[in-house]
Amino acid sequence: MSKHTLSVLVENKPGVLARIAGLFSRRGFNIDSLAVGPTEHPEVSRMTIVVNVEESPLEQVTKQLNKLVEVIKIVELDGAASVNRELMLVKIKADAEARGQVLDAVQLFKARVVDVAPDAVTVEITGNAGKLADFLRVVEPFGIRELVQSGMVAVSRGSRSISERPVRPVPVPPPAAAG
Amino acid sequence: MTEQDATGITGAQSLIQSLEQAGAEHIFGIPGGAILPAYDPLMDSTRIRHILVRHEQGAGHAAQGYASATGKVGVCMATSGPGATNLVTPLADAHMDSVPLVAVTGQVGASMIGTDAFQEADIRGITMPITKHNFLVTDADDIPRTVAEAFHIASTGRPGPVLVDVAKSALQAQTTFAWPTELSLPGYRPVTRPHSKQIREAAKLILESRRPVLYVGGGTIRANASRELAALAELTGMPVVTTLMARGAFPDSHPQHLGMPGMHGTVAAVAGLQRSDLIISLGARFDDRVTGNLDSFAPNARVIHADIDPAEIGKNRHADVPIVGDCREVISDLTVALQAEADAGHTGDYEAWVDFLAGVKKKYPLGYDDTDDSLAPQYVMERLGALVGPEAIYVAGVGQHQMWAAHFVGYEHPRTWINSGGLGTMGFSVPAAMGAQVGRPDATVWSIDGDGCFQMTNQELATCAIEGIPIKVAVVNNESLGMVRQWQTLFYNERYSNTDLHSKRIPDFVKLAEAYGCVGLSCDSPSDVDATISKAMEINDVPVVVDFRVHRDAMVWPMVAAGTSNDDIKYARGLAPQFDEDDL
Repeated sequence: MSKHTLSVLVENKPGVLARIAGLFSRRGFNIDSLAVGPTEHPEVSRMTIVVNVEESPLEQVTKQLNKLVEVIKIVELDGAASVNRELMLVKIKADAEARGQVLDAVQLFKARVVDVAPDAVTVEITGNAGKLADFLRVVEPFGIRELVQSGMVAVSRGSRSISERPVRPVPVPPPAAAG
Repeated sequence: MTEQDATGITGAQSLIQSLEQAGAEHIFGIPGGAILPAYDPLMDSTRIRHILVRHEQGAGHAAQGYASATGKVGVCMATSGPGATNLVTPLADAHMDSVPLVAVTGQVGASMIGTDAFQEADIRGITMPITKHNFLVTDADDIPRTVAEAFHIASTGRPGPVLVDVAKSALQAQTTFAWPTELSLPGYRPVTRPHSKQIREAAKLILESRRPVLYVGGGTIRANASRELAALAELTGMPVVTTLMARGAFPDSHPQHLGMPGMHGTVAAVAGLQRSDLIISLGARFDDRVTGNLDSFAPNARVIHADIDPAEIGKNRHADVPIVGDCREVISDLTVALQAEADAGHTGDYEAWVDFLAGVKKKYPLGYDDTDDSLAPQYVMERLGALVGPEAIYVAGVGQHQMWAAHFVGYEHPRTWINSGGLGTMGFSVPAAMGAQVGRPDATVWSIDGDGCFQMTNQELATCAIEGIPIKVAVVNNESLGMVRQWQTLFYNERYSNTDLHSKRIPDFVKLAEAYGCVGLSCDSPSDVDATISKAMEINDVPVVVDFRVHRDAMVWPMVAAGTSNDDIKYARGLAPQFDEDDL
C-alpha cells in the first residue's frame, strides 16, 4: 500500500461531500485525510484526498470518482512535484516553569502561539506531516491537553493550474425519439 | 413570456410542463401527500398518460420495462417516505442493468426537511449509491433545469436511473417556466467516440489471434448496435457469445452464435471464452456470473475491452486494449478498420477454432431430460418460442425460469428479451412486462415468471386489466423457490429449508387471474401445451395468466458451481464435457 494525494475539483453543491465519502466507503477504500474548501472559482470547490491504496485500486477509485456527475476533474499530485501542508492546533501544558522550553520548541519549528493561559499555551503549526509529527514528539513530554489537525492541502509546483480549463455547457437535445 | 405567465404558474405545473418538454409520454406512479400538487396539473396533460399502479415497486419496474423495450427514458412517480422507498429496488435494478429511468418523488416541504416529518425519508441520501445521479429541488425556479438535466443524464453515456426529489413547498410555490437551451454539467462529459489508435490496436490483435470470441454484453443493446455487430461478426467469421443482458443482440439462429456464457451458459459459449486467445468484450463487464473464478477465467486470452463507462474497463479483468466509447461507434469503426485490412488481403485465420467450437456446440447442445407425462419447464419455453415467435417481447423474473427462458425461447432481435440481470430482482417480470406493453402496444408481450416471483408483484395484473394492457403471463409453477431448491439439491444434501411454496395448492392462480379481471388458464400435461398457448394468443383484450404446472425437480443445466472455475462446467449432474484437445 502507498499513499496517494488526489486533488478533486467538484461543483460547489450540497451533498457532494456525502457522495464522495459514500463512494469511498462502499467501494471499500479508506480515506487517510480529506480537506475541502473554496477555489478561485466560486462555483467550484477543491478537495484534497489522501488515500492509502495500491496502484490498480487507485485507478478504480479515480474512475469511480470521475463517474460522479458533480466531480469535474481529478489530478493525482506527485509528492516531489507538489507542496503539501497540514495545519495543527495543539494545546500544550505549560506552567510558568515549563513555558520557556515550550516556547523554544515553538520557535525552532517556526510555529506560533495563538493563545496563552496560566497553565497552557495553544500553538498553531503548519507543515507537512513529517514536520508536524516531529513537533509533537518534542512537545509531548510537557503534556498535550488537546489537539486538532486539518486534512492535507496540496498544490503542484510551477505555473500550471489544474482549474484553468473552462468547461462548456451542453445543449439540451430535443425530446428523444424511440431508440 | 408575459407578466401573466410569469406569475401564473405553480411549481407543480412547471414540473408537468418540464416532463412534457423532456419527452415523457407515459408515467407510472401512485399519488400521495407530498406529490399531490403535481397530480393536479398532470390530470390535464394531453401529452402524458399516467398509469396508476398498485405498488410503487411496480411503477419502477414498469418504467424499466418501458425503457428496455423502447430505448426511451422510463418515468415513474411516487410520493415521499414510503412511496419513495418503494422505488429503491427498481432504482437499484436499473442502476445495475443501465436502464434509462427518471423517478420523480415528492418530498416534505422545504422547511420540514430534517424534522422527521410525516412521511419524510431522505430519499436522496438513500438512493445515492443506486442512482446514476439524484437531485433535491427546494426552489420551484430550478424545476425545468433539473428535469432537463435528469433526462440528459439518464439517457446519455452509460444509461441509468436518475431521481428527482421535489419538496412539496416547491411544487406549491409560484414560479416561471423556461425550458433551458443548454445545460451546465461541467463534470459530465461521456466519451462516445472511440480513439482511432485503440481501434487500430484492436484490429491488429484480432488479425493476429487464432481463437477470438466476441463477448457481447447488454451495452450492445443499449447502444442499438445489433446491426453493426452482425456486420462485424460476418465480416470476420468470429464466434459470438451473448450474455444474459445481451440475449437478442445477435440472432440465436446464426451459425456463429455459441449462446449464452456464464454460470448457466452453454458448453460452447463457456468453452469459447475459456479457451480463446482473444476476448473482444463489447458492452460487457466481466460479471462474476460470467467469469466464474476470475483467476482461472480464460487464462490464455488477451482482452480488448470496449465500454462507454471507463470504470468498467480493467475493473475485474486486465484489458490489453481498452476502448472507451459508444458500442455502436466502436463496432462500426472496428468493422471499417478490418474491412480495410481485408481489402488489403489481411484476414484472420480462425478456421480450426470455428470448427472446434462447432463440434462442441453439436456435441453439447442445450437439452433436458424428457419426463414421461409430467410437464418439463424447458419444453414449455421451447413451445412458447416456437408458437409465439421471435417478434414478441419476453420478460422474465429471476430464477430457474429465467435461465430456461434465456436458453430455450430463441431470440432474434434486440429488445425482445428483458430481465433483471445484475440485481436479480424477483418480482421484476409482471410490472416490467406491463411497461414493455405500454411502450410497444402492438407487440405481443409475454411475462415468463416463476411461481415465487409471480407472488411478489402480481398485484399489477389489476393495473393491466383496468388500463387495457393485455400482457400474457406464463407462470412456470414448480411450487417452490426453484433455483434455491436446486442449490439445496446440489450443495445442501437435499435439505429443502423453506423453499416449498405449495403453489399448486395455494393460491389458485386461475382464480387469482380471474379475480383480477384476467383470463386464467392452466396446463399440466405436455400434450396440452400447444393448445393452451394458442388459446392465450387468441385473447388480446385482457391479460392472460397461464399456470404451467411443471414438475418440480427440473434443474438448470449446464452449470458452473459458484466460485469454481469455468473449466469445471457440468453439462448435467455429474457430467463434465470432454473436449478433444487435438482439435485445437
